[in-house]
Amino acid sequence: MKLHEYQAKNVFADAGIPTPASELASDVDGVVTAAEEIGYPVAVKAQVQVGGRGKAGGIKLAEDEEEAREAADSILGMDLKGYHVDRVLVEEAVDFVNELYVGITMDRGEGKPVAMVSTKGGVNIEEVAEEDPEAIAREHIDPSFGMHPYQARKAVYDAGVDQSIARDVSSVLTTLYQLWDDKDGADAEINPLMVTSDDEVIAADAVMNIDEDALFRQPELAEMEEEAAGGDELEQKADEYGFDYVRLDGNVGIIGNGAGLVMTTLDLVDHYGGQPANFLDVGGGAKAERISNALDMVFSDDNVDSVVFNIFGGITRGDEVARGINEALEQFDEIPKPVVVRLAGTNWEEGMEILNEDLVTVEQTLEDAVQRAVEYAGEVNDQ
Amino acid sequence: MSVLVDDDTRVVVQGITGGEGKFHAEQMMEYGTNVVAGAVPGKGGQEVSGVPVYDTVHEAVDEENADTSVIFVPPAFAGDAVFESLDSDLDLAVAITEGIPTQDMARVNKRLSETDTRLIGPNCPGLITPGEAKLGILPGNIFSEGNVGLVSRSGTLTYQVVDSLTSRGIGQTTAIGIGGDPIIGTDFVDALELFEDDPDTDAIVMCGEIGGEDEEEAAAFIDDYVDTPVAGFIAGRTAPPGKRMGHAGAIVSGSGTGTAESKISALNDAGVPVGDTPEEVANHIEEFLS
Repeated sequence: MKLHEYQAKNVFADAGIPTPASELASDVDGVVTAAEEIGYPVAVKAQVQVGGRGKAGGIKLAEDEEEAREAADSILGMDLKGYHVDRVLVEEAVDFVNELYVGITMDRGEGKPVAMVSTKGGVNIEEVAEEDPEAIAREHIDPSFGMHPYQARKAVYDAGVDQSIARDVSSVLTTLYQLWDDKDGADAEINPLMVTSDDEVIAADAVMNIDEDALFRQPELAEMEEEAAGGDELEQKADEYGFDYVRLDGNVGIIGNGAGLVMTTLDLVDHYGGQPANFLDVGGGAKAERISNALDMVFSDDNVDSVVFNIFGGITRGDEVARGINEALEQFDEIPKPVVVRLAGTNWEEGMEILNEDLVTVEQTLEDAVQRAVEYAGEVNDQ
Repeated sequence: MSVLVDDDTRVVVQGITGGEGKFHAEQMMEYGTNVVAGAVPGKGGQEVSGVPVYDTVHEAVDEENADTSVIFVPPAFAGDAVFESLDSDLDLAVAITEGIPTQDMARVNKRLSETDTRLIGPNCPGLITPGEAKLGILPGNIFSEGNVGLVSRSGTLTYQVVDSLTSRGIGQTTAIGIGGDPIIGTDFVDALELFEDDPDTDAIVMCGEIGGEDEEEAAAFIDDYVDTPVAGFIAGRTAPPGKRMGHAGAIVSGSGTGTAESKISALNDAGVPVGDTPEEVANHIEEFLS
């Protein structure tokens, strides 16, 4: 779960990390009022979950009221890489002389948290990582002890941070780690951490990703989730149903159990010349209602021309799956899109007996099922 | 014919009084697994399907000589349950639970390096030595005894590939589902080492997926140490960049690793053919064995 910038900034500020004065606004007058309270110049920043907002026109500087109105007018309501902008953060524009990067994440290779510091902040840090990995100092943390103060200092000195600000940057890094640890962070990043001419450091941006699996013990962050979600309507629906779902560009809808098997089904659709419309994993042990919801989801995507259902039951039972498919399809006078079903594993024979074969096409193997779904999708397109 | 588990393995099921724990303990016993105890705090003294339940894993070890645990404990408590099995000097702990917070697993991982217990999972289907024992939730009936070792990050994909093998009459020594979480116990390299050292394993299937760098590391290991022929499969060639792979994660790894292409080419460079479909993987194994 990714927090919006304004949410992350609040969390960081509460923990004691210096952030610029800012206010959230959702209309032009609100932006002007906020700007006057904060004092010009201000930055007006779109609050949507996409990277590269600045380049895409989602962040603008305003020196006075006229510019603030212009900025608010052009950003509010804009479509930023597919996301509708309905809120902006109005923020004190910090006069900086330098930009740093600090971040904490889980290094899955090492199985340990890692703290990262770089003096090459304010740019695309992934490019820095790729082209000049030495420019990012990395310090692994023992998760049972937490970050020792010396480790923060070491990372800061290894990165070549100026002596005059080293103490403050170490302090930000220590606080950021503590926050990451307390809040079950997946990633916590500040890019850029701006340095002013007075040698003050200020978090000009804030990124906080929370481990979804740990939300049960982060109730105050879980409350932010609804606000943070945003984005694609179908993906929101998937969130409500609790599916792992990703919308794609193609026209063959794909439903299966287990991420690896669903990805394999996508790959096979591609292999046989089709284009996947989505990734939808119903998870383990899905009951009939969940299966029915999954079909409802995929049917509600207008781009879908055919659906392939691929279930290999372990915990999931074929008879439950078959009941769910029947339930979903029996509501229609006419099936909106052809559905191909392949059932294997636990209780598949019981499932086959239950499945209403007037409503679906049954195939025995994964390969046959995928090829049939690709054919159906192609036929629709030929018409 | 077995790696890690056989019919002498003495299993304690953590969480045996829960729905999943009870169902799968019974399934395991039906398959022939020697389930000797359950462990559930507050339920000591009860019995589940004829198996005595203890309050702690330590008791199960003391009273029943349990040497292996299978963990069906809800995610909020599962990290602690894994700690308990590590601190009980078991040989093997298999964590089936999906959705354990990553920071809990980082702490488990640290403890793991200080003990002799081997961990499989979490978020995995477990492992099975056909004809002898299964630990976890794998559907026993699709497996058959034979000479192919299988290691996979994905449960259902394991079933798919095993189905392709079994339907051609190719059986398995042991199939190990290592789980797809960011932090796991036994990884590809560990499993490959076990199969390489097993005289009964004549060929190995390795099923990976996008994300992380485990497959690339496995490829390097195969190149250096594995003589047994290996065939691979990588799921997610057409998937968009994984949603779970956060921004900062990419900075750690730096370059273009973690993609299907990088994994496939690393495996190919190590002499491992990678099938486009599960059937193609089975074809490669058939060729190795002929």
